[in-house]
Amino acid sequence: MSFIDFTDVSKRFGDNVVLDDMSFNVANGERVTLIGPSGSGKTTILRMLMTLTKPDSGTIAIDDEYLWHERRGDDLVPASEAHTRKVRSRVTMVFQQFNLFPNMKVLRNVTEAPIHVLGKQKDEADERARELLEMVGLQDKADFYPSQLSGGQQQRVAIARALAVEPDILLLDEVTSALDPEIAAEVLDVLRDVAKTSDVTMLLVTHAMRFARDVSNRVLMFNEGKIIEDAAPEQMFNEPQHERTKAFLKSVLEEV
Amino acid sequence: MSSAQLGLLLYGAWKTILLTLGGMALALVIAFPVGLARVSHNKFVRAIGFTYVELFRGAAVLVLAFWFVYALPSLGWQLDPTFAGILALGLNMGAYSGEVVRGAIQAVPPGQIEAATALNFKPSQGMRRVVLPQAVRAMIPSFGNNVIEQLKATAVVAVVSIPELTFNGQLIWSGNGRAAAVFGGLLIGYGLMALIFMTGVKLLERRVAWT
Amino acid sequence: MKFDWNYALDILPQLLDGLLTALIATVVGYAVALVLGLVFALARRSHQKWVSVPVGFVVEFIRGTPLLIQLFFLFFVLPQLGLALSPLAAGIVGLGLHYATYTSEVYRAGIEGVPPGQWDAAIALHLPRRRVWTSVILPQAVPRSIPALTNYSIALFKDVPQLVAITVAEPFTVGRGIIAETFRPFEPITMAGLLYLAVALVLSYIGRIVERRYKGMATA
Repeated sequence: MSFIDFTDVSKRFGDNVVLDDMSFNVANGERVTLIGPSGSGKTTILRMLMTLTKPDSGTIAIDDEYLWHERRGDDLVPASEAHTRKVRSRVTMVFQQFNLFPNMKVLRNVTEAPIHVLGKQKDEADERARELLEMVGLQDKADFYPSQLSGGQQQRVAIARALAVEPDILLLDEVTSALDPEIAAEVLDVLRDVAKTSDVTMLLVTHAMRFARDVSNRVLMFNEGKIIEDAAPEQMFNEPQHERTKAFLKSVLEEV
Repeated sequence: MSSAQLGLLLYGAWKTILLTLGGMALALVIAFPVGLARVSHNKFVRAIGFTYVELFRGAAVLVLAFWFVYALPSLGWQLDPTFAGILALGLNMGAYSGEVVRGAIQAVPPGQIEAATALNFKPSQGMRRVVLPQAVRAMIPSFGNNVIEQLKATAVVAVVSIPELTFNGQLIWSGNGRAAAVFGGLLIGYGLMALIFMTGVKLLERRVAWT
Repeated sequence: MKFDWNYALDILPQLLDGLLTALIATVVGYAVALVLGLVFALARRSHQKWVSVPVGFVVEFIRGTPLLIQLFFLFFVLPQLGLALSPLAAGIVGLGLHYATYTSEVYRAGIEGVPPGQWDAAIALHLPRRRVWTSVILPQAVPRSIPALTNYSIALFKDVPQLVAITVAEPFTVGRGIIAETFRPFEPITMAGLLYLAVALVLSYIGRIVERRYKGMATA
């Protein structure tokens, strides 16, 4: 089995089929970009891996452990909360809307999980948090509240916060879509850095195609709940095979 | 339960309904002038509205009822007990309902008033023909809540010996001493009456909802 | 007739004692309402149906029925079950329980007002459920509930006169005692009422200040 396995996963919201019997897998350390028109199920994939959205059918496994199910003898039964909690503990996510905790200062946003989830001492967590804030260029903002920061700064804090939980899998959900282009660039630079200096497995949904080409080693094209093309970035961006991919890439590249 | 007791309860329930509807009717009569006064352009009129709301929201139903029943006769005014109850309930609820009227008027989008002005309506016409009809629909759910609150509030006038449901329940209790049965029964009775009023309010709401 | 100022001045100290009792009932009853309301709000959100459904029913029932009868129930029925409360204690429990059903709605609205992204982030960081509540959700939900909660403290105070029905020594009870000796009701009743009104007006003024301050903070 691969590191991340989606097998026959379906999801519908009302009449709207978001994912249609989807199967794919991701190897440990791979950087995979999910592209496609909006509503094609990319974000749903990430949210399922984070257990924020439940699949209607099919299985998702991380490192051979089912996320939404448990083995009981030869059967698969719905997972207990404890089981899901354990499997997802290797995953974390950065959100389009940052979702920093507004009631906590920047430093505590970053240390909250290391202290209360990983069980670190406060001094140790503080020190690590300051290192991470330095890495995202915000060492001097530790004692600010999120509302005192710009959107780009908030997103960089959110990245530091995600890295502080020491994830094996990092999910990036349109992390620059809520930002102006220049500000988006500084966030993307931070993420390029992360990609270069760590071996975390990354799944990203983004419309920033240059960035996708730089950091990922694989691109999946989504359309109407299915993956219609799966290729290395050079192949995907230079010689797309599928008509839908060509049309989609043409539309997003013209936009920029 | 004897038939005398049953009669006492039914009579009390009837009085409770009378107090609820009478109090609410008085409240509505008060609410519109007060609410309109609260949004008046005239500072003096606004002050009158504000004073009414503060004073009668501050004066609890029981405070008013005590005064009407025990103090007012010293001034030579002996009110019918039920009337005194309706007065206390209505004056107090009138202040709350006046705030409902004000809130609903202020919630009408300013564009509506601008449109009325653009159509050369006089301000009073704009209020009557454009703002109020929209505001009244927005008031209905709040008035519905007020009816339920009014029903609950009627019980307090039992303290000044107005013979409604709670008072008559106490009479029965003082006769048979069965507190659990009497007060438990009263609670259920009020719960049922609230349910009936709520259903009535819902039906009314649906009839006036935007189609 | 005319208002007898000497008589009024004579009985004022007793009535003020009564007002003190009324304020004690308000403060303690309100504290009970604040704590119990939060418990109700959390219980109604429980995933355990056997918790959320009965609690929801009880809360709706208490909110939908008159406080006065609930006071009678606490004061006259509980002793038959072996739990005799003093008048003041019964009054405080009654007020606290009744207003907890209102504050629980305020808390509920405050909790629902926390953006869903906050829950998502808490899951993404693997925070334990208890920690999510204590460090993420409630610190955001409670401050935005404060103006509405303040208003219920005023509403609660205005219901304190009802404690006269279970013989708590608040101003009307004191006034009735005086009338039983003097047979002159006008001054005691008027003054008891004015004392209640005065405190209610002051509380309402404070409430407006709190509301303004928190509105300013919410938009800052």
